Amino acid sequence: MLTTQFLLLGAVLFCIGIYGVLARKNAVMVLMSIELILNSVNLNLLAFSVRNGSVDGNTFALYIIAIAAAEVGVGLAMVLLIYRNRRTIALDELSEMKG
Amino acid sequence: MFAAEAAAEVHASTGWFLEHAWLIPIIPAVAFALIIFFGKRMPMKGSEFGVASMFASLVLAVGAAWQWIQRVDGASSVAHSAVEEGAYHSAPFVGPIIREWTWWQSGGVEFGIGQHIDGLALTLLVVVAFISSLVQVYSLEYLRGDRRYTHFFAALTLFSAGMLGMVLAPNMVQLILGWEIMGLCSFLLIGHWWEEEANSRAALKAFFTVRVGDVGLLVGTGILFFSANSWTQENLGVSGFNISGLSAWAMSGAASQSALTWGAVALFVACIGKSGQFPLHTWLPDAMAGPTPVSSLLHSSTMVVAGVFLVGRLYPVFWEGMKIGDTNINFIVLIGGITIVIAALLAFVQHDIKKVLAYSTVSQLGYMMLGLGAGAWIAAIFHIFTHAFFKACLFLAAGSVSHSGSHHSFDMKKDMGGLAKKMPITATTWIISTLALAGVFPLAGFFSKDEIIDNVGHNGYNAFMIVGLSGAFLTAAYMTRATYLTFFGESRGAAAGEHHDNHGAHAVHDDHGAHAVHDDHGAHAVHDDHGAKGPHESPKLITVPLMILAALAVVAGLANATPFGSNWERFKKYVEPSSEYVMVESASASGPGESIVVPAAEEGAKKEGCATVAPDEGMVCYFPTVSHAKFKWSKAALSLVIVALGLVSSWLFCIQYYTRRDRRLVGLTERNTVLRGGYKVLWNKYYLDALYETVIVRAVAYPISRAAYWLNQNVLDGIVNTVGKVARRVAGWVYRNIDQRVVDGAVNGSGAAARGSGGVLRPVQSGKVNQYGALLFAAAAIGALILVIINT
Repeated sequence: MLTTQFLLLGAVLFCIGIYGVLARKNAVMVLMSIELILNSVNLNLLAFSVRNGSVDGNTFALYIIAIAAAEVGVGLAMVLLIYRNRRTIALDELSEMKG
Repeated sequence: MFAAEAAAEVHASTGWFLEHAWLIPIIPAVAFALIIFFGKRMPMKGSEFGVASMFASLVLAVGAAWQWIQRVDGASSVAHSAVEEGAYHSAPFVGPIIREWTWWQSGGVEFGIGQHIDGLALTLLVVVAFISSLVQVYSLEYLRGDRRYTHFFAALTLFSAGMLGMVLAPNMVQLILGWEIMGLCSFLLIGHWWEEEANSRAALKAFFTVRVGDVGLLVGTGILFFSANSWTQENLGVSGFNISGLSAWAMSGAASQSALTWGAVALFVACIGKSGQFPLHTWLPDAMAGPTPVSSLLHSSTMVVAGVFLVGRLYPVFWEGMKIGDTNINFIVLIGGITIVIAALLAFVQHDIKKVLAYSTVSQLGYMMLGLGAGAWIAAIFHIFTHAFFKACLFLAAGSVSHSGSHHSFDMKKDMGGLAKKMPITATTWIISTLALAGVFPLAGFFSKDEIIDNVGHNGYNAFMIVGLSGAFLTAAYMTRATYLTFFGESRGAAAGEHHDNHGAHAVHDDHGAHAVHDDHGAHAVHDDHGAKGPHESPKLITVPLMILAALAVVAGLANATPFGSNWERFKKYVEPSSEYVMVESASASGPGESIVVPAAEEGAKKEGCATVAPDEGMVCYFPTVSHAKFKWSKAALSLVIVALGLVSSWLFCIQYYTRRDRRLVGLTERNTVLRGGYKVLWNKYYLDALYETVIVRAVAYPISRAAYWLNQNVLDGIVNTVGKVARRVAGWVYRNIDQRVVDGAVNGSGAAARGSGGVLRPVQSGKVNQYGALLFAAAAIGALILVIINT
């Protein structure tokens, strides 16, 4: 069934996203991976929305797209500031949060 | 009764301007927003929006008035045979142009917004738009360089929008909206120079005094709505807020008398507050603290006539509620009559030229109320019309004097005198308007004021006719005094070219303090060179509005010149509503381009108007049958002689008293006990302010605050103290037993536990974002796993 294929695609994208978030050192790449995760969720929502014949999922997806845009905006601004201050965006060099 | 089926229907002319009259208040409202948001960036600081919007409104209002005249002409040419001379006025019913949209809904009640255009509304629309336009032009010069120039124009424009919106309100809700916008703007404008404490106090006083009356407006609207709603819904299909619905309800005979009476009384209380009637008139003279254009617009010709307009608008309610047709005394004439005399007397003891005009306005508003209360509807509305022109002119002339003649002072005794030679245009316009106000033939005031006095007597209110005549004498006398002190006699103070270096001292005796503030905002340095030139004529932006208004003060009366026969009564023809019964269907279907109803010219049938006969089924009427006095030169001659006596006696007195310093007159108020007592009462404004501030405020506020203090000290503090003592004992026990042993034990224990576990978990806080992410996802995965296991 078509729904299953969409869900599988979503799962694959989700895993790629998780991998990117965990393994990548470049902060921009991490942000892009987060986008992948969000969009895999969107795919799931749309798939279920089509299957159940309701528009609730579509509405949620639209909201998520809007929030994702805002989130990337904030994230990129942070990356930019970090780059200005430290001349690097490698995440493993940013360990000020060490307790 | 008359045969309804024989009534001929004629298509009434309408037009674009009549259909779109609702644009008239919208334009200044939009201009207000533009001034607020973009005004400061504009080359003329936003004033161009205000002036342009007022002129646009004026054009629309004049266009609508023109089409209304054609509409009435078209109707009356058809119904020519029905028009008769005599006591009963039988012009055909010309339906108002009503358009209403739903503004909001609540609990099944629709609150509409729209327009209700008829002769009364159009009169006010034209007058308000016209005076507002001239006042805005005048303000361009008068307030040049003011520190809040943009805000001044914003508030002035919003004020006009409020007044225009109120005037064309089709229902009470929109009327209240406009009414309150005006209240707000008057507060802003009176307190325009709020740095001076007296000004902000005056603004507050105006606002609160009017608010006292506004309670009546809400209460009255509520009473009328709840009593009328079911009738109007059933018969006309409109809500109980609808003005024409309320009028029809009041005239239908179905209304309960007590609801009508109490509704009318409550609404009239609002009119007392807004229109400065006794005993709430005290705010109006203090409101002169605002800039002079404000006084001219708000406190002479527009805002204060809102109360008069309300009575005129809902006239059937007042007519039935107060039983105007049946009695020879009622609440409205009583208040109006008292106001005429007491305000006129107060005008004699004022030193401030604007306060003389303020009391004069109060007194003239008394005339309007007297006329409405005594059934002289058309005369009272006509007085609004003429009074607007000459009173606005007087105020602007007073502003011109202070602007260029007396160095921003309004004190007639200290800083004026002999200005006629130095300011010829201002002096001429002032004198013309003074004569018009006094009611000298053939200037505007004669036709309107005399009409009121005449009709008051004609309708059986004889005692109040005498009040009106004595008011005419007093008006002539106090205006002569003000004219003499300002423009004739010897020059004093600033008018003599004496320069005030000592502004601090000056501000003390100038009790509205406007000029002191005015001086240090830089206007002085920009345009003012009194030091070099002394008093001089004002520039064109000030004198041209003055001349236009003075010209209208001369000719406006001819719009309803009763002495010259009924052909001259144009104002009556176009403004007074018909008191015919009309079919409900044709009346309620009065959408755009509806029909007017011309009753069949059946002999005897049309003699009976509203409120004289019981209505047929399905017929309503919107206006009571009022009778009109026949003009007689003998009656007019009496009032003209009285006015002339007032003018001449006051003039002779002024020469004797102020110029020759006659020893028999000067100091008379100190020597004679009776006169001294009278002077003291007047000087203290009948002790009304003292009454309000000391007696009422103390009687209400002080006991409340004392009771609150006592309650606070004894009851609340007692409770608080007891609770405190008990709590302290309990707390001591808790501290010793629970806190020290149980809680501290737990805290210490958890602290030790936290330290231990912190040591264990510390390596997790590596500072590496990726690791945090991995932990997060691991936790989420475990959570998801648990969920899956639980659900399967």
